[in-house]
Amino acid sequence: MEPMACQWTDAPHSMGTTIMAVEYNGGVILGADSRTTTGVYVANRASDKITELTDNVYLCRSGSAADSQVVSDYVRYFLNQHTILLGRLATVKTASTLVKELSYQNKSFLETGLIVAGWDKYEGGSVYGIPLGGTLLRLPFATGGSGSSYLYGFLDQAWKSNMTQEEAEALVVKSISLAIARDGASGGVVRTVTINEEGVQRKFYAGDKLPLFHEEIAPRPTPIHAN
Amino acid sequence: MRSSKLISVVPRTLPESHLYSFHFIPTLRSIDFFQSLSAYVAVSMSRQPYVTGTSVLGLIYEGGVLIAADTAGSYGSTTRFKSVERMKAVSNNTLLGASGEISDFQAITQLLDRLIVADAMWDDGNDLGPLDIHNYLTRVMYNRRNKFDPLWNTLILGGVKNGVKHLGSVSMIGVHYVDNHIATGFGIHLAQPIFREEWKENMTLEEGTRLLEKALLVLFYRDRSAINKIQVANVTEDGVHISQPYALKSEWNLEAFKNPTASAAGSW
Repeated sequence: MEPMACQWTDAPHSMGTTIMAVEYNGGVILGADSRTTTGVYVANRASDKITELTDNVYLCRSGSAADSQVVSDYVRYFLNQHTILLGRLATVKTASTLVKELSYQNKSFLETGLIVAGWDKYEGGSVYGIPLGGTLLRLPFATGGSGSSYLYGFLDQAWKSNMTQEEAEALVVKSISLAIARDGASGGVVRTVTINEEGVQRKFYAGDKLPLFHEEIAPRPTPIHAN
Repeated sequence: MRSSKLISVVPRTLPESHLYSFHFIPTLRSIDFFQSLSAYVAVSMSRQPYVTGTSVLGLIYEGGVLIAADTAGSYGSTTRFKSVERMKAVSNNTLLGASGEISDFQAITQLLDRLIVADAMWDDGNDLGPLDIHNYLTRVMYNRRNKFDPLWNTLILGGVKNGVKHLGSVSMIGVHYVDNHIATGFGIHLAQPIFREEWKENMTLEEGTRLLEKALLVLFYRDRSAINKIQVANVTEDGVHISQPYALKSEWNLEAFKNPTASAAGSW
């Protein structure tokens, strides 16, 4: 044990997290918070949990930061070779199956919940959830991470099929914001990635610009930020 | 105790997997005998299920076999997924239903798909029937149990071949048996007694379906992991047909339910 070490200096990096992905008529929207914790300390308040697998398929990571990073590194490596071999873009299904294969075959060692989403010309937008254990499920929308517990009721009521891009984006931002409001392991900014036939677009919603909910109050400027 | 561990991360499904052969050696916090063994053998400590399905029920009727299950995937106490297919056609005369860990059920169906294809490729005029698949799965489950690495499922296997109807189950430790009516999980305690009373030889499709629905309704009332969204599959010599998901009407409008604590405040 190092001198002056606390419980959290040695705790593994975990992305408590709220992640989600939604299919809309034309593509998918992925969303995530940006908090990475080691125990109770926020190790990174601006993490990027939405990782590229190929040009057209991205991955939302939750759970152990290390495990999810290594899985995404392997899948990116395999898909890179697969794309060269195939001569065209990988499908979302192929990417998801690869992620599932790693999650399932190494299930006793990994602790990471993942969501794969993207666009290909055969299926349009698709979302695949890969929870702990390595089950592969294609879904109209998926949520994950500790913050997702607070979204079941909200999404049961607010999600509908065939949303437009604007509606889907608004739903994702509102959902992640709601989860951040209640889950200690989620926080920071909301990042979204939109993938459709045209390509990929990243958006950033600053933490202090997110909507306010019950018992939260608007910040007011004070001189500490001056100079 | 710090040890190294070898993990194979080859995705065995891809034909070009020779390109992806790769081993990495992560060091971990202290691990015990079983985990260090896993460096050389596919051993893991008896693991735990994550996404699970609840009861599966089955019975034999005059035309074949009926198997039913709800479509819930539970994550601990949360009903996380509400549209999970827990029954799959194995071949055109055999159906597999599973309770327990969904990822293991998906791995088993993948295994059986390949088994059926390999068998068909013999093109020898004989294909694997439900009894053969049942015996095969029993071996698979029992051998995994012996390696302390079980597939965390209880499987129900039903089908018809050459006019002979077959219905049986295999548990995660390899216990297997065959009967005219069968259930897993909570169904053993709630559905089987109903079947023992009301099942009879040569029931019609209608009678069989009603009996299954009666048992499923009891399970919906009394099994907290059950949801009111079910599928019923019908396996005959000619083929497998799995119904679209549908919901059962439940009864709540009973006088006794309306003010149960009127004469005993605080009771339940």
